Amino acid sequence: MFKPSNHLLNKEIKEKKFKNLLSSITFFLFLPALIIIFWLFVKGHSALSWDFLLMDPIEGMTAGGIFPTIIGTFWLVVISVLVACPMGVIAAIYLSEYAKDNKLTRIIRLAILNLAGVPSIVHALFGLGAFVLFMKMGTSILAASLTLAVMNLPVIITSTLESLKAVPQSYREASWNVGASKLQTIRHIVLPNSLPGILTGVVFSVGRSAGETAAILFTGVAFYLPFLPKSVFDQCMALSMHLFTISTQVVGVPDAFPYATALVLILLILSVNSIAVALRSYFRMKRKW
Amino acid sequence: MEIKVTESAPLAMEWRQKKKEKPVSEKIIEGMIKTGGVSCIVLIAAILFFILKESYPFLVGAFNFKEFFFSEEWYPASVVKIRYGILALLTGTVLVTVISMLIAVPLGLACAFYISEFCSPKVREIYKILIEFLAAIPSVVWGFIAIMMINPTIIQLFDVPIGLNILNASIILALMSLPLIISVGEDALRAVPETYREAAEALGATKWEVATRILLPAAKNGLMAAALLGVGRALGETMAVLMATGHSIQIPNSIFEPGRTLTATIAAELGESPKGGEHYQALFAIGLVLFCLSFVVNLTADYLIRGRRQ
Repeated sequence: MFKPSNHLLNKEIKEKKFKNLLSSITFFLFLPALIIIFWLFVKGHSALSWDFLLMDPIEGMTAGGIFPTIIGTFWLVVISVLVACPMGVIAAIYLSEYAKDNKLTRIIRLAILNLAGVPSIVHALFGLGAFVLFMKMGTSILAASLTLAVMNLPVIITSTLESLKAVPQSYREASWNVGASKLQTIRHIVLPNSLPGILTGVVFSVGRSAGETAAILFTGVAFYLPFLPKSVFDQCMALSMHLFTISTQVVGVPDAFPYATALVLILLILSVNSIAVALRSYFRMKRKW
Repeated sequence: MEIKVTESAPLAMEWRQKKKEKPVSEKIIEGMIKTGGVSCIVLIAAILFFILKESYPFLVGAFNFKEFFFSEEWYPASVVKIRYGILALLTGTVLVTVISMLIAVPLGLACAFYISEFCSPKVREIYKILIEFLAAIPSVVWGFIAIMMINPTIIQLFDVPIGLNILNASIILALMSLPLIISVGEDALRAVPETYREAAEALGATKWEVATRILLPAAKNGLMAAALLGVGRALGETMAVLMATGHSIQIPNSIFEPGRTLTATIAAELGESPKGGEHYQALFAIGLVLFCLSFVVNLTADYLIRGRRQ
């Protein structure tokens, strides 16, 4: 009884074509990611063993393992998160709970945006100028971690801000109305309700700093160290830097070594990120609003 | 929440007075929070300050505006005559950024359209996780992929002697900036009110028509901001381009020739230059150029996003 006209049919065909085009573009964009992982695994799995993970690099990094680089990356990430996390959360609390809609707030937002957009090598220059030379920390784990912390600060602020804003305003109003002060409300209502979201952001930033290379290049990471760092004022090796070194600077490295190192780095970051993703979905399930 | 206090409500008045008096500890913590709020301003100013401080002797000394920006001769360690011209490096940065954006922006926005408008919520979740995964691959791994995977592919496909060139770096940068472009672009599309789509569909528009005639104009600024943030990312990328561009200081004649970028030059040479020397200061001056470039790009992107919201 009602037949679509030719015009409508054409439109439908066109739409289908359009949709197929877009979906195939999207699919093929994500294909590389999967290919990369697969290919790293194929090439690198032969070198991957407990020895590789737990031994020092020996013979000019052409043999042995990557143990010190894992330890180094661990220290860098932990210290940078310990520094960036409180600062970021405090700044986010200010922006979400205290800041009025004025010029200062606008400037703070611009500062965060620019801090997030500054190239990592410029962060490295800053770290070198400020921490290594000016504060006389020398090239050390501390200086490198602080540089990483500055890099991560805008990321943590943005994600924390988002989860603070997600707490419904009515929660705060209810708390104020029973006589709680602003700070009490933040401490007992806002923070507990946004904690999972904050954690998710922090865990993501852990993954990000584990892979960062440029920012730690001149501030605290050595190409090769025959010993493990004893204090935060020592230099250390890092997984990401090690991958750079053995894939471009050192000759005679067994073929599988850089692949295995890249694989370890990616798997490390992926597992950290999966924790964040799991946290987030758990949080969404349990959310009260 | 303001409570209206009248003369006839002494109780409320008293309550309000009490509320104003905060315990000292609370005042201290609130003071700390307010100080923490401006930490980002302090940091960005500190970055500018320290880069200026380290490059200052060069800027007032050997710096020559014309040579610095318009000469392609970067010979910081030359014995005969030391020259600091960043034109070749600047060209390298601009080339890889532009070419990578030519690849990434259309693809990324197409992808953003698909994820925001066409696919089912379940598929969308999968793609979002994939985007996060793609964004999480560190730049040094991308550089490694450039050397080991894209390099031989380019040599085979185009029959050129070296696969580490501008094209290689552009492909890597495109892949690296895609997650950012897709997620910001998708945000921009989702910010278009649902009523726009409903109104158009009620008039008989197909999704294709909704996308091109309604969403594209409505989300124009946000999509442009997505592209600009991609530019910012490509501009500042260091390790991947250091490994992928082939590392030769020249203005490339074609995309199959190697080049070098501003960021890569700092990363490659800072370790070798003696601290406090002229070369070292010149590298900080390059850092200053990069800082200003990213500043302009980010401010423009922010302006576009804000423009959309108003």
